Amino acid sequence: MVARALNGLWQWFDSRMPSVRQEWVKHAAGYYAPKNFNFWYFFGSLALLVLVIQIVSGIFLTMNYKPDANLAFGSVEYIMRDVPGGWIIRYIHSTGASAFFVVVYLHMFRALLYGSHKEPRELVWIFGVLIYLTLMGEAFFGYLLPWGQMSYWGAQVIVNLFGTVPLIGPDLALWIRGDYVVSDATLNRFFALHVIALPLVLLGLVVAHLLALHDVGSNNPDGVDIKKLKGPDGHALDGIPFHPYYTVKDLLGAVVFLAIFAFVMFFVPEMGGYFLEYNNFIPADPLKTPEHIAPVWYFTPFYSILRAVPPLFNSQFPGVLAMGVATVILFFLPWLDRSPVRSIRYRGPQYKIWLTIFVIVFLVLGYLGTAPTTVWGQFPDWPFLDTRDVATWVARICTVLYFLFFFLMPWYTARDRVLPVPERVSYHH
Amino acid sequence: MRTLLATILLLPSLALAAAGYRLDKSPHDPRDLVSLQSGARTYMNYCLGCHGLQFMRYEGLKDLGLNEAQIREHLMFTGEKVGDPIRIAFNPKEAKAWFGVAPPDLSVIARSRGADWLYTYLRTFYRDPKTPTGWNNAVFPNVGMPHALWTMQGERALEVAKDSHGHMQYKWSELSKGTQAPAEYDATVRDLVNFLVHVGEPNGVKRRPIGIIVLFVLSVLFIFAWLLKREYWKDVK
Amino acid sequence: MNEQKKVNKTRRNLVVATSVVGGAAGVGAAVPFVASMWPSDRARAAGAPVEVDLTKIAPGEMQIIEWRGKPVWVIKRTKEMLASLKASESRLADPGSKASEQPKYAQNEHRSQQPELMVMEGVCTHLGCSPQLKSAEAKGEMGGDWVGGFYCPCHGSKFDYAGRVFRGAPAPTNLKVPPYTVQADKLVIGEDEQTKGA
Repeated sequence: MVARALNGLWQWFDSRMPSVRQEWVKHAAGYYAPKNFNFWYFFGSLALLVLVIQIVSGIFLTMNYKPDANLAFGSVEYIMRDVPGGWIIRYIHSTGASAFFVVVYLHMFRALLYGSHKEPRELVWIFGVLIYLTLMGEAFFGYLLPWGQMSYWGAQVIVNLFGTVPLIGPDLALWIRGDYVVSDATLNRFFALHVIALPLVLLGLVVAHLLALHDVGSNNPDGVDIKKLKGPDGHALDGIPFHPYYTVKDLLGAVVFLAIFAFVMFFVPEMGGYFLEYNNFIPADPLKTPEHIAPVWYFTPFYSILRAVPPLFNSQFPGVLAMGVATVILFFLPWLDRSPVRSIRYRGPQYKIWLTIFVIVFLVLGYLGTAPTTVWGQFPDWPFLDTRDVATWVARICTVLYFLFFFLMPWYTARDRVLPVPERVSYHH
Repeated sequence: MRTLLATILLLPSLALAAAGYRLDKSPHDPRDLVSLQSGARTYMNYCLGCHGLQFMRYEGLKDLGLNEAQIREHLMFTGEKVGDPIRIAFNPKEAKAWFGVAPPDLSVIARSRGADWLYTYLRTFYRDPKTPTGWNNAVFPNVGMPHALWTMQGERALEVAKDSHGHMQYKWSELSKGTQAPAEYDATVRDLVNFLVHVGEPNGVKRRPIGIIVLFVLSVLFIFAWLLKREYWKDVK
Repeated sequence: MNEQKKVNKTRRNLVVATSVVGGAAGVGAAVPFVASMWPSDRARAAGAPVEVDLTKIAPGEMQIIEWRGKPVWVIKRTKEMLASLKASESRLADPGSKASEQPKYAQNEHRSQQPELMVMEGVCTHLGCSPQLKSAEAKGEMGGDWVGGFYCPCHGSKFDYAGRVFRGAPAPTNLKVPPYTVQADKLVIGEDEQTKGA
């Protein structure tokens, strides 16, 4: 009887707004995705899950956080101590910020593995890179909010980077800060950007990303175009409806992810100072720079590149430019990659070698960015060295390799040996 | 004698600039309520004069196994209410004038410096006539803080020398006795550090038990989600 | 066909079971969020009991003390004020304080522990304005039969010196009496034997 009543209610609703059911069919129950999704395909839905987690925990933090230079640090401790359950919400948000980047980096790596950036999915990739950049901005603005030493000085350094842009630099930095140094004015506007502006942009971009994907259909680990072979019912032979198969599989993925998330949150929320930095438990002091400023771990590869480039023509701008190009070059991937096949499974050794180099180099740059440049000691006093730090030279080599991965790509992907791509996806129970 | 003393004391201030004093591991046990209570008492008697704990309320000391009456009697000294935050009496600007830098609030010092650093710091003060306070510290060279616990530890001198491998050798010597023997003093510091760690994150002790429950619930959910996935995926050939 | 039915049954059972466990996990996850909206330690500390030095109040005088953000009236009632309570009784809506909020020790004619000391919230039970003290001398503006009490300027409710509301006023009940304790010359508003430690 209850079922009939509910069904009646649904009929009433559906007859007035059929687009809900239609969209459900279009994007879930009737969206045919390749049946051979593997481990690397969990990270898209996980990214969406983390976005929701950050928004919900963020809303509740905003209920008690005070975006005022004199009150901010104290308000975070207020949340940790006086607000019932506040510490849980804080740790959810801090763990979620790092989790977001872990998930997004793995999600992007999947694209590199299986050619998800290639035709006809270039736009999906472009929206994705825009999401990545927006996420970096969102994390940067958010990090100022606790108003600790790292918050303050990290913001000061990064905004000063904008100050190195030729001609407009100093005015640009002044405009971003709203003041001559990072101050209450900066904090307030970063709060507005972090809580409202960028989340709205992110949501819009995620919708665009998913719509662009669904319009062309998902790629798969074999890079096979499943729409080429259709069954008698008109659906791709190698396709299965997203709902229930991938809703159920992604649910499982979500549970595993949440278990790892919970473990970090409840047992190691600081993660050795990588997720919650020790120096950020010292209130911001504009008169005292910490000995060692490093950005949060997810920015360190790019920070390494910035530091590796020496000042040229008396300007720090080349380093800033290198860091900028290192991020922006991602947009061009669909056109740099000239391989006739999508998936690494059917590519030759050259791409495999370069991709391996890229991953190693990215990780090394990432690690080096967390440490001072003296971390690996000095070379002997050789005359041609502008700096004797071993780490800086390693970072320079890694930076060159990073850029070569992209700049040489049109050449080595076109020349690479390829294997014949099968017509059907490889799927085993 | 005086020349000898002066020579011994002169060396550290030169040598310590480059050295990194190795930290001792803090032996505190966050579940030891007696230790926490003892640390709280040491804090109120020796530290609260200069260092506030502004993010902690007196009421929060109930977590140490004390009731309100005990908190009022042993740990509160002026006319505050039990729900008030633990603040110091004097003005930070005055403090800066007296010490060169305002003594920092210690609510989250354990989260920025770490327990091991605090445990070592509080046990490595030594006499140094070159500093304004007459004290110096092995892990925090030229610190503006005098040795607040010196009556318990007594006074010590530090001699630093570089050995043949280029490593720093630290030689401690006793100048006067304190009211506590070294082992007893170490225990006092351990309890104080325990208290500071607790104050740094009062909900820290709740984290782990709740985490275990959450992981348990998620494992149960995992089992069902796994069975559900397997059941549906039987369709896919 | 039977096979399919069995499969469907298994699936439905699994969906239900997973949903139940998932739902429980979801409720558990919601707990800290919902909890965070209850008054924090800071709000509870601000709502702590307030002490009043009664030697600072003269007979016939009223002091307004802030407690939990509300004005609490502390009055040392004179003999005349107490006499006026009897005089106005016939015109009261609830002389026995049956409908109003007060601790047990305030459910009497003078609505207090001791007749000479009145402690009540100065918040009109109609829509929350704070009434004004109008002594017996204010007969001119309050009318000939006015023996003294309180008048709410917002919608005209009238109360006597025990906070009891007059008939014909929009206010539905007598003024609220908070828990309080008196020890010699010290009044503690917000705490009595019942509410201690709340």
